[in-house]
Amino acid sequence: MAGKKSARAESHRDLLRQMLRVRRFEERCVELYSGEKIRGFMHLYIGEEAVAAGVCHALATDDVVVSTYREHGHALIRGVPASTIMAEMYGKVTGCSRGRGGSMHIFDVARRFYGGNAIVGGGLPLAIGLALADKLRDRNRLTVCFFGDGAMAEGEFHECLNLAALWRLPVLFACENNLYAMGTALAKSHAQTDLALRAAGYGVAAWQVDGMNVLAVADAATRAAEAIRAGAGPYFVELRTYRFRAHSMYDPDRYRSKEEIEQWKKRDPIDALVASMKAEREITNDDLAVLEKEISAEIDQAVAFAEQAPVEPVEDLSRFVYSETPLASGGARGGTVEAAS
Amino acid sequence: MSAATTTYREAMREAIREALRRDDRVFLMGEDVGAYGGCFAVSLGLLEEFGPERIRDTPLSEAAFVGASIGAALGGMRPIVEIMTVNFSLLALDQILNNAATLLHMSGGQLNVPLVIRMTTGAGRQLAAQHSHSLEGWYAHIPGLRILAPATIEDARNMLWPALEDPDPVLIFEHGSLYGMSGQPRPGPVDITSAALRRSGKDITLIAYGGTTGKALAAADALSAEGIEADVIDLRVLRPLDDATIVESVGNTHRAVIVDEGWRSGSLSAEIGTRIVEQAFYQLDAPIQRVCTAEVPVPYARHLEEAALPQVPSIVAAAREAVAS
Repeated sequence: MAGKKSARAESHRDLLRQMLRVRRFEERCVELYSGEKIRGFMHLYIGEEAVAAGVCHALATDDVVVSTYREHGHALIRGVPASTIMAEMYGKVTGCSRGRGGSMHIFDVARRFYGGNAIVGGGLPLAIGLALADKLRDRNRLTVCFFGDGAMAEGEFHECLNLAALWRLPVLFACENNLYAMGTALAKSHAQTDLALRAAGYGVAAWQVDGMNVLAVADAATRAAEAIRAGAGPYFVELRTYRFRAHSMYDPDRYRSKEEIEQWKKRDPIDALVASMKAEREITNDDLAVLEKEISAEIDQAVAFAEQAPVEPVEDLSRFVYSETPLASGGARGGTVEAAS
Repeated sequence: MSAATTTYREAMREAIREALRRDDRVFLMGEDVGAYGGCFAVSLGLLEEFGPERIRDTPLSEAAFVGASIGAALGGMRPIVEIMTVNFSLLALDQILNNAATLLHMSGGQLNVPLVIRMTTGAGRQLAAQHSHSLEGWYAHIPGLRILAPATIEDARNMLWPALEDPDPVLIFEHGSLYGMSGQPRPGPVDITSAALRRSGKDITLIAYGGTTGKALAAADALSAEGIEADVIDLRVLRPLDDATIVESVGNTHRAVIVDEGWRSGSLSAEIGTRIVEQAFYQLDAPIQRVCTAEVPVPYARHLEEAALPQVPSIVAAAREAVAS
């Protein structure tokens, strides 16, 4: 009994640690953006941490993640080092994408993290294809595809849900419904705002989950992942969440009220988990202070790594437009026409 | 022992069959490739031979199945995707440009996409404006892609395997008028990097590809009867372009006609012409001529469609004008 309880506490501490890592990383990104160390479009995950932490809690090491342009959190939690993410945003060659992608295009194949896609809905077909490859090769893996409520207005979403259901592909569709597609409210862009209902229309098992409650997210994702691994085909979870900050660093946030934001902040997923852990005596203020200190050190190291990293030489600009491994046989191994007998 | 007579369609089918036999990572996916046998009957019989896992019918969801093929390639497979026509491929253009062509560079060299996409292109069959355009020039604009245009039975038979061996995405454009072309293919490997000189002559260079190659050769025959001997270049590979073969020929003939079934403005013909000017300006004895499709949506009525497209007489006329100046 004690063992089970401590395992539960350990799992809660891990979820808290992941959410806090994302929160503190994103806060540092704001400072660095203001200091012009990071440029381009940058989209922060603050407020939505329970979604990535809870969903990734259900994953095994070799499961695949396909994400969106608001992906710092997914990447960090999936083990992409904070240092290479930070260096990427600094535009350095030691960045996870050699500085070619920036904030919106984090890739780390070793961690099976397939981006980082800045076309809304554009990652969905990749995800079903990665899952198709697993199915064809009899690999018992699953692919998680994160996307927002905005993506559900794109044709690619509907095509992909149908195809995934038709072919019973091992995909977990994780819809981060933060109620706004950039600045357009859900109700202004969708006639039917019950997103799980729409997914269910394709024959996909679909649930709505409180995306501010990391334990609820982890529980739902775990159940879905178990079913997918057992061959049940794709699952869809609508994770109702909220971003506390603007859409991007350029967004003046004119389309929603301060009161609305404040109401949601009362449901801060980190505060909620800390409160429940304290009530269960799973964590003390001293534990929290230690955790904060560890995370702060990790981010300091990431910033130091990015600061001192070199940039890619301009001479390498054209590298990787095409693969550097030449054609397997210089392009000379054409099929041979069989002679007639 | 001579090779049996076959058609361009059968040669392409045999190439797919060979690839499926040689590499179990290869599968064919697209609309009606299975039970129907392919919109142009290229894959007829393959479903019975290889089964529905490897001859995979898809819904009418170009973005999803092209994007899924990119994901499958990332996952270690070697997909061949068939899109019915280049006009329909526009529904998948997001995936082809923003993912297939971009992921390798944008990921700093981590994600290569070994994918082959085949599609029909071109006019001449009275299919009107939404089934007849030649948009391969648009795709040839995109870094990260290799663009092939097999114009012969040999190339239909032999380009697919090296395309599948390419670690990067390859698009193969099959001109719809070629499927019924028959002949005896010469056995042997082909490259997917160079243009081919299909005929030699000293007076002028005719540059064509895909569906216009045959027209350029017919024009060369007509010109020969008038005492004008033409080099005929079949580009074969539209990206990256084989500049060297073009420049060498123009260096010998000093005159060039570019035949392109795409529209003239902002086209492949414009690119080729500019490269000749950049690399062989002082070799030219006459202005470059271009024979392209009229800048209209390709119409249905036979006489209007014929008038819109490059034809043998218009190629001959352009060559005469170049030689006369």
